[in-house]
Amino acid sequence: MSDFKEAKPVVNESGIEIQTVYGPDDVERTGGTTMVGRPGEYPFTRGIHPLMYRKQPWTMRQYTGFGNAADTNQRFHYLIQNGQTGLNVAFDLPTQCGLDSDDPLAEGEVGRVGMAVDTLHDFEVAFDGVDLEKITVSLTINGAAPQLIAMYLAMAEKRGYDVKRLRGTAQNDILKEFIGRGTWIYPVGPSIRLVGDTIEYCAHHAPKYSPVSVCGYHIRESGADPAQEMAYAFCIARAYADEVVRRGLPIDEFAGRLSFNFNIFGNLFEQVAKFRAGRGLWASIMRDEYHATKPGSMWMRMIAGGGGGGLTLEQPEVNIVRGAYYALISALSGAQTMALCCYDEAYTIPSEYAQRISLRTMQLLIEEMGLTETVDPLGGSWYVETLTNQMRERMRAIIAETDANGGIVQQVASGEIQAGVSAQAYKMARAIENGGFRKVGVNCYRQEGEQYAEVELHPYRDDDARAQIASLDAVRGQRDAAAVSRALSALKSAASRGENVMPAMMDAVKAYASVGEITQELVEVYGRYQEPVRF
Amino acid sequence: MNQERKIRIVLGKPGLDGHDHGAKVVARALMEAGFEVIYTGLRQTPASIAKIAREHDADVVALSSMAGSHLDFCRKLKPMLEQSGLGNRLWIIGGNIPKADQEDLRALGFKGVFPSSSRLDDIVAFVEANVR
Repeated sequence: MSDFKEAKPVVNESGIEIQTVYGPDDVERTGGTTMVGRPGEYPFTRGIHPLMYRKQPWTMRQYTGFGNAADTNQRFHYLIQNGQTGLNVAFDLPTQCGLDSDDPLAEGEVGRVGMAVDTLHDFEVAFDGVDLEKITVSLTINGAAPQLIAMYLAMAEKRGYDVKRLRGTAQNDILKEFIGRGTWIYPVGPSIRLVGDTIEYCAHHAPKYSPVSVCGYHIRESGADPAQEMAYAFCIARAYADEVVRRGLPIDEFAGRLSFNFNIFGNLFEQVAKFRAGRGLWASIMRDEYHATKPGSMWMRMIAGGGGGGLTLEQPEVNIVRGAYYALISALSGAQTMALCCYDEAYTIPSEYAQRISLRTMQLLIEEMGLTETVDPLGGSWYVETLTNQMRERMRAIIAETDANGGIVQQVASGEIQAGVSAQAYKMARAIENGGFRKVGVNCYRQEGEQYAEVELHPYRDDDARAQIASLDAVRGQRDAAAVSRALSALKSAASRGENVMPAMMDAVKAYASVGEITQELVEVYGRYQEPVRF
Repeated sequence: MNQERKIRIVLGKPGLDGHDHGAKVVARALMEAGFEVIYTGLRQTPASIAKIAREHDADVVALSSMAGSHLDFCRKLKPMLEQSGLGNRLWIIGGNIPKADQEDLRALGFKGVFPSSSRLDDIVAFVEANVR
């Protein structure tokens, strides 16, 4: 291979040196093919199902929500009419932070970046006319996840669905909120406990519901490289699993409902190898470390796509093309669900037009490009198999290092992980600025004088916020005040006694207690998180 | 002003927005350029930012906003900074700021407005040129 020695060294973002050409020796040298296997069989590197997209293409689930529940309901129906097969709900910041719409801290933020939710009433309006058996719903909610999971289950039950058969997902990954995204409420310990409560409750009462979607996505957005993205997500998933196992629930009773959310931007092959490596690694962690025996417990089920960190403000129309490549990567990687950031998302909440383009991008892969026909089409490529082996080893090393340094929970609580990824984010920002890391339209092929493109901005209406507060007032006026206060005291007692809060949470949301009222009760028991400002 | 003292920047995250990637990147760039940076952390109110800026006698008050509530926030912050005796300091803001809002922010007294994808060196140079 001496001919290739002259080439300039190339190292991918995860720190792996890339060769000019790969052969069978490289696969052997990096661990061989023992982790490849067959689709639908341990270690699931090639996919969690034997037939993958032949049986069912990925679910399309664009992230949507703004204004009040009625506004959002309209957009849901638009997306469903355009062929979307799942919903992915965006909530406004007051809801995400556990505040009611009339809280002084919510002023100016009600319905701004997502749908405002105060009580069960808002969920009833938001999902009106949506068939919850055909369309699965993912709730992008973390700090206030126990409230919103309870609202979702209560809403479905009220509409006559059998909660035992109800599918759906809540993001409910609080540890990553401390690393990036920032919608934490309670301190780290009680926050993990609440995640445990939701997993345990769902295992018993809503066994088809996925109460957690562990997110490497936002850790990557905060500056982590692709190997760290996945390794940290696995560390976090183990922390939740430990919390539930500690309570005596066998791993096979709940691990099958853990799911993941990963990011796609950057080098195509590195991403594909990341997902293939991750599937094998997660399966081995579940089998060997947790002694899971059901195949479903070992599956790394995932939503993969997004790619917000890869999109640019400059020449936003080029983001349509980036999104198409991200969707291709997601399909080549065997994702269960896909969502794409829209081309206008660096500017605004996506327009209907932008959302439709994202949907069509995914539909093209299904209908025209043959991506659903063959499972793991890149499997067997010497490059991809070598890189998969190398990515798996990188992830293993990061997990071992995190464990050796006190574990993920302690490292998040101290701000260590945050400081590490933030230092990397700075390095990357500088590399983009000085041209060392190429971004089309940003540091090469720029259109000078065109920093801002003409993009239609989503309007924010103060009237919507006033209407939301009026609606909350109306609910407060109509509900049984004594029942609310009984339910809230029962919730607080359950939290104080260290019991699972979810049964009392269900009663509270059914009595139309609000997100903010419930949060307040729990804050009185758990306290509030104090952010360690480290970077 | 004491010649020995570094230029001191209070960098705040207004409101409920949790996107702190950009704020932390800018904080590092400013520190590397020799400024003293006090980063407030998330979830600051206008009153808390004014208080932190007053306590540190900030030469520069900088905000990073990604979730769209910047105008409301800055309208509330302006009188509070003025009442805290910080009316004559340099105020700057960056983040997801639509073009149409830039003039309003400048009119409120935010002399530097740095939308997403602004260059770090430009932010540093602006502070150096405009701080008193």
